[in-house]
Amino acid sequence: MSDVTLPLPESRSRLALALRRPGFLMGAAIIGLSTLLALFPWLFAPYDPNFIDYTAVGQPPSAAHPFGTDMLGRDALSRVIWAYRINMQMAILATIFALLIGVTVGALVGYYRGVADMVFGRFVDAIITFPFLVLVIAVVAVLGPGLINMYIAITLVGWVYYARLMRAEVIGQMGNDYAAAGLVMGYSDRRIIFRHLLPNAITPVIVYWMTDMALAILLGSSLGYLGLGAQPPQSEWGVLIAEGRNFITTAWWLSLMPGIAIVLTGLGFSLLGDAMADLLRPRG
Amino acid sequence: MTRDTILEVRNLSTTFTRAGRALPAVRDVSFTLGRGEVLGLVGESGSGKSVTLRSILGLSRHYGTVSGEVIWKGRDIAPLSERALRTVRGREIAMIFQEPMSSLNPLLTVGLQLTEVLKAHTALNRTERRKRAIEMLDHVGIPSAAARLDDYPHQFSGGMRQRVMIAIALAARPQLLLADEPTTALDVTIQAQILDLILGLAREYDMGVLLVTHDLGVVAQTCDRVAVMYGGRIVEEAPVTSLLSDPRHPYTMGLMRSVPEGVAPRTPLYSVPGTPPALDALPAGCAFAPRCPSASATCTATDPGLNRLAPGRTVACHHPVHMAKGDAA
Repeated sequence: MSDVTLPLPESRSRLALALRRPGFLMGAAIIGLSTLLALFPWLFAPYDPNFIDYTAVGQPPSAAHPFGTDMLGRDALSRVIWAYRINMQMAILATIFALLIGVTVGALVGYYRGVADMVFGRFVDAIITFPFLVLVIAVVAVLGPGLINMYIAITLVGWVYYARLMRAEVIGQMGNDYAAAGLVMGYSDRRIIFRHLLPNAITPVIVYWMTDMALAILLGSSLGYLGLGAQPPQSEWGVLIAEGRNFITTAWWLSLMPGIAIVLTGLGFSLLGDAMADLLRPRG
Repeated sequence: MTRDTILEVRNLSTTFTRAGRALPAVRDVSFTLGRGEVLGLVGESGSGKSVTLRSILGLSRHYGTVSGEVIWKGRDIAPLSERALRTVRGREIAMIFQEPMSSLNPLLTVGLQLTEVLKAHTALNRTERRKRAIEMLDHVGIPSAAARLDDYPHQFSGGMRQRVMIAIALAARPQLLLADEPTTALDVTIQAQILDLILGLAREYDMGVLLVTHDLGVVAQTCDRVAVMYGGRIVEEAPVTSLLSDPRHPYTMGLMRSVPEGVAPRTPLYSVPGTPPALDALPAGCAFAPRCPSASATCTATDPGLNRLAPGRTVACHHPVHMAKGDAA
């Protein structure tokens, strides 16, 4: 046979390449550690986050309380650590349903186009005209404050962004002959959409998802800060920052530490998203 | 030579609409194809040959308006629903595309893509499917087929991918293969191999082939009959030997003269003067008239329509060429 096929680099070497990137390692380390803290906070937190010690109120950082104590004598470090539970949960729960709905709707309107696509297009235009936070606050205001309602609100608005991305990707993928080939092979629409188009189109969505998890934490803690998300005495970074707000000039660490936790976790997701973009880029 | 007709296309027209303007890509095309026959559809880019092919399997109706009949084994399949068409597509009529790089799903192994067709169209079980997949790969000339089953498309070269594509298309043993410029994207040496492969398999399975190409050389090598398309119409149809030795339409003549064969080195290449007409500005008469050397006032005024010259020979021209044998080129 005249055409010889040389073995091409495998996905394993691509992974090896990604592993050597400092950004990926750092992102993975941050998210790994955050996940550990979220899953087993009691292993890391020196105190019960809700234990009130009136003998140690408003203390500055010390060996016994590395982040100091708040105005009720609760250990600030323990509260920041326990907050990983809720904030990491936010990263997942505020995005995963938006992702699932958005990917499905986006793939369907991208594949079928027509009237549904036109309606979808106008709907997207209407949604993205409003600032994300304003819409979410409006929905929370209707549903009432609390974590669950916050997840519902973010999902109701957030799926649109996933759907928009997915639709564009699916339309792009349909330019490839394998989509038409699936049709002329007599495959069902469902098979073509979900087995052939979707896996090829999902990469940018996964990458966006990573960023969106960082944004979800930011949004969730913003709502917590505003009193619309997690409710005190729950440990949540936004709530912690709000609690420390009145003492910002005298006990700035109370607000700063949860702030740093937000920045670090967000950074972790972003770095991971970057690495994911490289890792998942389709092979030609 | 008469074969029982397996496909009959009657008055097929496909019109697209862009920015409010109607673009008639295929206009009133009719032809028949016998069992095991190889029919070539030749023309320049934009002549409507690919759209004709896609309209047969109901792909064009998603983007435009299709009218006419596509009679497959005695039944008009043009008005069938997508669901009903699924039992024809891939099982009775298969199709391969020009671009072997993009016609395979890059994320699935070729084994999975092969067994997927078999799963959709045959009653074979898992082990039988795998066995048939290996047979098919072997049959289209992939060396060490069993070992390549778990490879991804990107691990194959262009020619090998086209072989895989053919294996997938023919896995369910269709009786008709629609081939849309299957060799255009390949090296010349590989082109001949792929054509031989398609023809060999067509003979072996007694399968009809509708081959779309812009390459008269390919037609000469492979087809039994040829239909030349221009401006969305068939302008000449003939058995391949009579078409090549005795072309009647000036456009066919032009196409043949632009194949540099038997000419002295450094002779300037001939090309048909002018460009194909824009689909939204087709002339009232013969679409080829503005480029035609023998055009007259009648040509620009009235459309000639297909005239029967002899059994199996038609031409759409007011002034068909008459040429002594051996005078070509």
